[in-house]
Amino acid sequence: MTTSTPVRRPAPPRPAAPRLRTPRRHTPGRPRRSVLLTALTGVVLVYSLLPLVWLLISATKSQEGLARSFGLWFDGDFDLWSNIADTFTYQDGVFVRWLLNTVLYVVVGAGGATLLAVLGGYALAKFDFPGKKAVFAVVIGAVAVPATALAVPTFLLFSKIGLTDTPWAVVVPSLISPFGLYLMWVFASEAIPTELMEAARIDGAGEVRTFFRVALPLLAPGTVTVLLFTTVATWNNYFLPLIMLKDSDWYPLTLGLDSWNKQAQTSGGETVTNLVLTGSLLTIVPLIAAFLLLQKYWRSGLSAGGVKE
Amino acid sequence: MPKHLRRLLRGTGLLCALALGATACGGSGDDPGDQKVGAADLRAALQKGGTLTVWAWDSTVKSVAAEFEKKYPKVHVEVVNAGTGNDQYKALSNAISAKKGVPDVAQVEYYAIGQYSLTKGLADLGAYGAGKLKADYSPGPWNSVADGDSVWGLPMDSGPMALFYNKKVFDKYEITVPTTWDAYLEAARKLHKANPKMYITSDVGDAGMTTSLLWQAGSHPYKVDGTNVGIDFTDAGATKYTEVWQKLIDEKLVAPVTGWTDDWYKGLGDGTIATLPTGAWMPNNFVTGVKQASGDWRVAALPQWSAGEHAGAENGGSSLAVPELGKHDNKALAYAFTKYIAAGAGVGTRIDEGAFPATVEDLDSPEFQNAKFDYFGGQQANKIFAEAAKNVSSGWSYLPYQVYANSIFNDTVGKAYVSGTGLAAGLKSWQDASVKYGKEQGFTVK
Repeated sequence: MTTSTPVRRPAPPRPAAPRLRTPRRHTPGRPRRSVLLTALTGVVLVYSLLPLVWLLISATKSQEGLARSFGLWFDGDFDLWSNIADTFTYQDGVFVRWLLNTVLYVVVGAGGATLLAVLGGYALAKFDFPGKKAVFAVVIGAVAVPATALAVPTFLLFSKIGLTDTPWAVVVPSLISPFGLYLMWVFASEAIPTELMEAARIDGAGEVRTFFRVALPLLAPGTVTVLLFTTVATWNNYFLPLIMLKDSDWYPLTLGLDSWNKQAQTSGGETVTNLVLTGSLLTIVPLIAAFLLLQKYWRSGLSAGGVKE
Repeated sequence: MPKHLRRLLRGTGLLCALALGATACGGSGDDPGDQKVGAADLRAALQKGGTLTVWAWDSTVKSVAAEFEKKYPKVHVEVVNAGTGNDQYKALSNAISAKKGVPDVAQVEYYAIGQYSLTKGLADLGAYGAGKLKADYSPGPWNSVADGDSVWGLPMDSGPMALFYNKKVFDKYEITVPTTWDAYLEAARKLHKANPKMYITSDVGDAGMTTSLLWQAGSHPYKVDGTNVGIDFTDAGATKYTEVWQKLIDEKLVAPVTGWTDDWYKGLGDGTIATLPTGAWMPNNFVTGVKQASGDWRVAALPQWSAGEHAGAENGGSSLAVPELGKHDNKALAYAFTKYIAAGAGVGTRIDEGAFPATVEDLDSPEFQNAKFDYFGGQQANKIFAEAAKNVSSGWSYLPYQVYANSIFNDTVGKAYVSGTGLAAGLKSWQDASVKYGKEQGFTVK
């Protein structure tokens, strides 16, 4: 059990305190280890990594290899590179188009949502105006309504104004992120001391300048967090584009891969499970990269205000 | 009766359905005020050009559209994959009820034609001279799209049924290819006994397959005359089907694998699913989806319900239809394209890409019949398929709301596969649920 784990620091000698039940000392420097907890965490880890491992392994197989080999181990041939090449060239390279569409939706949709959330959150946190409580109620209420439930009413609305089947139908609803707004609101009220704003005003800075030069840098960790959330939500969005778009030229990756997958279920349709899997792997790579690049901002953001300096 | 009519008007907007038989809604040719479009009008439309939106999931439609654009440079054809089967019907129905975004041409499977023709969601192509094409098509597909003088779509492909079997497995366990369903049952027993991992086929309840096998058994569960509908799953044909298939289910001789899933493709590939009774469009799916079993499979005629018979049925297959609410000035152009792809030069292109035609001339052509399938060990499988196309029993009809009926198949008949409910009882509850729904929709159902 714990003996196999190297102990970094010897426990400081301490006078034995009378303890009733805990045999081992528990200090922040040397956390107590629990077999049960470790085992449970291990199960959860395997559970969450297994699909990813399966995806990685499956992406190295050809269509034939997928059918003849065991799911969690490699087939004789290693086809990852040809699979990737095929994914990018299949059906005249439509995958690239879908990738660019997704990037467009993320940059405009998630970027715009973040911008709006930062502006709104700052204003709500730092300025008083009549009806603020009502705004709060609306935002909290909006957080509770899942986007999926709003998709169909949004479709009818967009259909009326003739925006369905255009990229706007995906971008515009993505601009609204009640959760992002709420997060920025809470974050801004903690992260920006009102005294600092007052000092800036006394020095002669206007409201716009105060926001951009004083508040925005302080809001950076929160901004990145919201950006990550909205990016993931937009990147993975399936249901909204599904009901909004009919023209496959505007599909994001999620819908595009789904349409490839469905080919296997139609008469005369070409079965390209290997390309669907490789495409899925390629689809999650940018998300993983975004997380790795932005995680340090994100983590420092989550701990802000946790310690009184 | 008046109550039904009122509900019909209010609930479903089947306004025109009331006038079915009469000519108030247009469509039938004997009304002198009716618009008739001749060959000259079609040529003029092609010369004038325009943009067509085509909803089709069949990948060959795109190739034909490109070819068509080349031939008629002023025409632009936009092919949209608006989903497959049911997904597309949902989108089409939504568009029709919103009166917005309805495509000019749509792929509609035979079983779904009734749903749209009865509500006049589709243009009657009889007015464009489609009736003259009758002789060009084999009877199964034609009867699925035509109703008297009305033609609701042009058959694009067909699915006369045949038995696909894994010869390697059959040889290994010394099983002869069954010619009757009783022999099929025996083969299933022998195979499963020899190797408990092996199953004669997989089935977890599939509305398309069940209705097709009933069709072959000579059952006529659906009787449709306008808004009068009869549903009965107890005739002699249905009994033949339930008796044999019940034994297959009871003795656990069919693999509990859902069709078209990864597991299913895997089973077809490794021999654990040894046969597949299905439509003639299947070879292409074998070639791309079951690559690893290339050379193992062969095609045979579909087993018969009574020895010595030559009865067949259709499974799947679709037509191209022209929705009534497509762009108004585009109808002639839409028909011209439909005719090109379903009865003209487009057929050849589609056959080259692996589609199975519905046109007699192509089915009978030596080039088609003599084609050797490398996948089936060089077998001239089209000869069997073409023969099957001729043997399709006539007189079958689907419900005018078959799309809905199929959607509740698993809740009713599907129970026979997972619990002790018998197949006959399952069919009875499917019948009851279908009757109930039909009445709610304003049909007179018996």
